[in-house]
Amino acid sequence: MDIIIIHVLNALLYASVLFLIAGGLSLIYGVMRIVNLAHGNLYAFGAYVSAWVVGLLVARAAEGTAPSIALLLLVLPAGALAAAAFGALLEPTLLRPFYKRAEEYQLLVTFGLLMIIDDVIRWLWGPYPLTASVLFENFGSVNIGESIYPTYNFLVIAVGGLAAVFLWAFIYKTRFGVVLRATSQDMRMSAALGVNVNRVYVQAFTLGCLMAGLGGAIIVPSQSAVLGMGVDALILSFIVVVVGGLGSLEGALLGALIVGVVRELGITFFPEIELAVLYLIAAVVLLIRPAGLFGRA
Amino acid sequence: MSTVTAAVFEHRSPVRTLGWALPALVILLALPFLVDQYQTILLAYGLVMGIAALGFNLLLGYTGLLSFGHSAYFGVGAYSVALMVKYLGVTSMELFLVGAIVACVLVTAVFGVACVRYTKIFFGILTMALSQVLWSLAFKFFWVTGGTDGLRVPTPTLLGAITGKGDKIAFLATAYYYYVLGVFVICVAVMWVIVNSPFGRALQAIRDNEVRAEFIGIRIRQYRWVAFLVSGVFTGLAGALWVPLNGLTTPDIMHWTFSGEIVFMTVLGGFRSFTGPIIGAIVFNYLKTYAVGYTVYWQLLLGVVLVVLVLSLPTGIVGTADRIWKRWRAR
Repeated sequence: MDIIIIHVLNALLYASVLFLIAGGLSLIYGVMRIVNLAHGNLYAFGAYVSAWVVGLLVARAAEGTAPSIALLLLVLPAGALAAAAFGALLEPTLLRPFYKRAEEYQLLVTFGLLMIIDDVIRWLWGPYPLTASVLFENFGSVNIGESIYPTYNFLVIAVGGLAAVFLWAFIYKTRFGVVLRATSQDMRMSAALGVNVNRVYVQAFTLGCLMAGLGGAIIVPSQSAVLGMGVDALILSFIVVVVGGLGSLEGALLGALIVGVVRELGITFFPEIELAVLYLIAAVVLLIRPAGLFGRA
Repeated sequence: MSTVTAAVFEHRSPVRTLGWALPALVILLALPFLVDQYQTILLAYGLVMGIAALGFNLLLGYTGLLSFGHSAYFGVGAYSVALMVKYLGVTSMELFLVGAIVACVLVTAVFGVACVRYTKIFFGILTMALSQVLWSLAFKFFWVTGGTDGLRVPTPTLLGAITGKGDKIAFLATAYYYYVLGVFVICVAVMWVIVNSPFGRALQAIRDNEVRAEFIGIRIRQYRWVAFLVSGVFTGLAGALWVPLNGLTTPDIMHWTFSGEIVFMTVLGGFRSFTGPIIGAIVFNYLKTYAVGYTVYWQLLLGVVLVVLVLSLPTGIVGTADRIWKRWRAR
């Protein structure tokens, strides 16, 4: 029984982080119809910044008193803010000239960005993994039946769940959400009605990057930040948005849950073809419902 | 949305084309006598990638479909050679090429049926997802594919007689170089015939206006499927030629980032021209080799090149050179 609970918790853990990354990707596509291939790198960037800040505090404290866990938790979202700031900078400078051009160019410019950000991370933090495991270890673990489970993982799951609730409230219950949805449905019409579309684009892109960065920030204490994590995350979040529907947040949530469960099952029962099964699910969904389970046709 | 300019592919007479192609061929033939072995092998890599990009561009430039999964077909070509060595003990290069073509026809025929139902971004994502399926299989089934260690491939026997016994470098820089060049010339000629045939014209019609093409009786999906097949087979052939050159095949060449490199080199050369992908592949090969040798931050360098290219020179090397040439002549 407790094994099943642990499997469920692990699936939720994957799903939480995946939702944050894929939700951002989907939001950006939904509003500006751009598939950002560099999105996974923003997640990696968030992870690195958080690990770096936590590492700085720990190193400083090594001389004197140990930093309190509360303080470390407080600075952990630094990665999310850094990713958001990065996004706010990228959209107006590099992406804006491409909205009116063919899709091929949008994919190419974000592919170029992917290569650039990958190496900027390597340049800033070197080729070795960066860890923030202090937090993870300090949280200790809880007993579930005969097994033990890290307490920190509950925090990740909680953040993922809260992010989903906040995002839903933000998009369906606020004025900004209304403007965002209107722009997503018909950019020209909302511009005609007085919406500053450029501003909405920057805000949506920043919000998407914030989510990706948050995903990186909360996962880095339990898994260190490594080079290449961005590309792996991008492919998984592609599966999520394809299954759920590009541009749909409900879809991203459902897709993340499906991918989380399949991954957990796959690692346990069919490790050799775990990834292949995920890609095949994505391909099958594309064939049966090209717009995804929740997508607009 | 799509503001792609209408057909820019001019119809050139075969005679005028030979005026360009023959001097280029003479230079390529003479090169092993003029430069050292390292440079010759590097150029052989460039020619191989040129075949891959040429095949890829039948989809992007002529049919208007951006595939982000061509690494799969390159990998199928490469792995079918490696598996023929491992399980069948084959050493003949001609058998390798035939095997790779058969394997690629099978894979692209199945993938194609699924992919050509879509266009634009969904086509890109679907091709990418399917290529990643193959990548993860190559990555995980290590008892068959060697996993990340890959599979080693010894130097093959060319035309049933020429072997690489002894000096492998000399073999690659002379006999194998000319073999690659021979296949390259055949591929370019075949592709030239394809794109200038009624079939090639129909593909361009589909690219420029799908609805109108359907009205004049073109079976869009069928044509796209055939284009997909031909494109994949060319890229797979390049993969088969690449393996003996590299001596080793790893799952890296199946990963979608390698597909990105194929797209990169095609756009670098210019996907709106026939020769663009070839030039782009050769230039990209030098660019990457020297960037990797020069700095650990080669990805940064290539990324900046790509962004600048897309921002300021969307027609690529060939398109830009063509424009400068025309402006110069108009004076």
